[in-house]
Amino acid sequence: MIHDRSFLLLVGGILAFLAVASLIGWVLARRAADAASRATVENLNARIRAWWVMVAVLAGALALGWTATILLFGLLSFFALREFLSLTPTKPADHWPLLAAFYVFLPAQYVLIGWDWYGLFSVLIPVYAYLLLPILGVVRGDTEDYVLRMARIQWGVMLAVYCISHAPALLLLPIPGYEGRTPLLLVYLIVVVQLSDVMQYVFGKLFGRTKVAPRVSPSKTVEGLAGGVAAAVAIGTALYGLTPFTPLQAMGLSAVIAIMGFFGGLVLSAAKRSMGVKDWGTAIEGHGGVLDRLDSVCFAAPVFFHLTRYWFTP
Amino acid sequence: MIGPVLLGLTRFLVGGHPRWIGSRPTMRQRIYFANHGSHLDTIVLWFALPDALRATTHPVAARDYWGTGRLRRHIGVDVLNSILIDRSGQGPKEDVLRPLHDALDLGRSLIIFPEGTRRTERLPGPFKAGLYNLAAAHRDVELIPVYLENLSRAFPKGALIPAPIACTARFGSPIGLRPDEDRSAFLERARQAVVDLAA
Repeated sequence: MIHDRSFLLLVGGILAFLAVASLIGWVLARRAADAASRATVENLNARIRAWWVMVAVLAGALALGWTATILLFGLLSFFALREFLSLTPTKPADHWPLLAAFYVFLPAQYVLIGWDWYGLFSVLIPVYAYLLLPILGVVRGDTEDYVLRMARIQWGVMLAVYCISHAPALLLLPIPGYEGRTPLLLVYLIVVVQLSDVMQYVFGKLFGRTKVAPRVSPSKTVEGLAGGVAAAVAIGTALYGLTPFTPLQAMGLSAVIAIMGFFGGLVLSAAKRSMGVKDWGTAIEGHGGVLDRLDSVCFAAPVFFHLTRYWFTP
Repeated sequence: MIGPVLLGLTRFLVGGHPRWIGSRPTMRQRIYFANHGSHLDTIVLWFALPDALRATTHPVAARDYWGTGRLRRHIGVDVLNSILIDRSGQGPKEDVLRPLHDALDLGRSLIIFPEGTRRTERLPGPFKAGLYNLAAAHRDVELIPVYLENLSRAFPKGALIPAPIACTARFGSPIGLRPDEDRSAFLERARQAVVDLAA
């Protein structure tokens, strides 16, 4: 993988991209005149600094191997689920389902992925957690808001554990002729989905006029969406060499990734709004919580995983 | 050994980071008083304080919980530096508060939970008189209200292990005992100061 020419180009590209971003941020910080633009630039620079850290962490985990990568995503799921359920007003009567979600289903999902037991990890949460969580929730006999409470826990586990776990599950796809290179598929997903997010932000800040969904997310604009998705598809197509796809297939799949990612951000913005907050947490400086950065991955990863599995594995 | 492990576990599972809203962490002698929803309250509030302050601050803890069992007693007394008090109601009231007056006389700070017992509600219930008695006898000690958010969700009454729900400790502005304030007015004002931090 390390000797892969397109992989080296990608690493170089990411580092150059971050270096240019840091340089632009530095210039903007010197130029910012009023308080409002200083705040925007300060947030931009905090985001760029956090990006350096996130890239380093992911690269480190990938270099250590697939166990470390699965463990990293398990931890990300843990923090994302904690953010989600902390903002959801659970009650003391939800204690058993919460313990099961955090200490049983979350580790079990990642262990099953580590064992490559596709038949069970793909149904563990949609079938077993789906049924067991409300069973545990009924033990204390508290029926106030019971449906709402159980639905929130099920939603949290689906998004933060099940959906996110499909990103590292890409490592285990047995694609003929692509043996040993599946970490590149994970890198590909992350690069396309995050680049789409970043370019939506950049195009939105530069050219954003028309809001896509003003009542859900004031920062998402049609111009940002179009520019971001176009940039992500362009890069996703250019990076076809990393993947088992032809350029045309890479174009189609990166479009799916970018569009699902956009809707992930939109849906979780609506969820935040309904809970009365702006960010899921404060874990990543400038970005908010872990779930603020992974909202698009939640929606893109399972679909990308299943399309790839369906068409590219025997 | 147990101290750092306990700190690591607390940060990993529930966070428990401080939010200094109305006051700053300083070496001034203080009584921190907070709502009480969980046995984790003592641990979270303790670790929310900077290292330097922990050395001179003592949580006030119930002997019937933190005094029983070797591990729990070790955590309560040796790690958290607690002063254990009897809340069985036997014996004269002055004797219960005696160790607290002594600690304040020595210039130490205290962490107390004036509701006396854990509650499941978000907002604190009525405060017991102990806070007033301490405040009246030590008028130069700063009284800092603290709201502990989500603790009763992370580790509710009757639970064996905590769930990872993010918790925070919010520190408010000092309230002082006014010269002619009576007990119930002061206790209600103190309770309200904690309630205001919950918003």
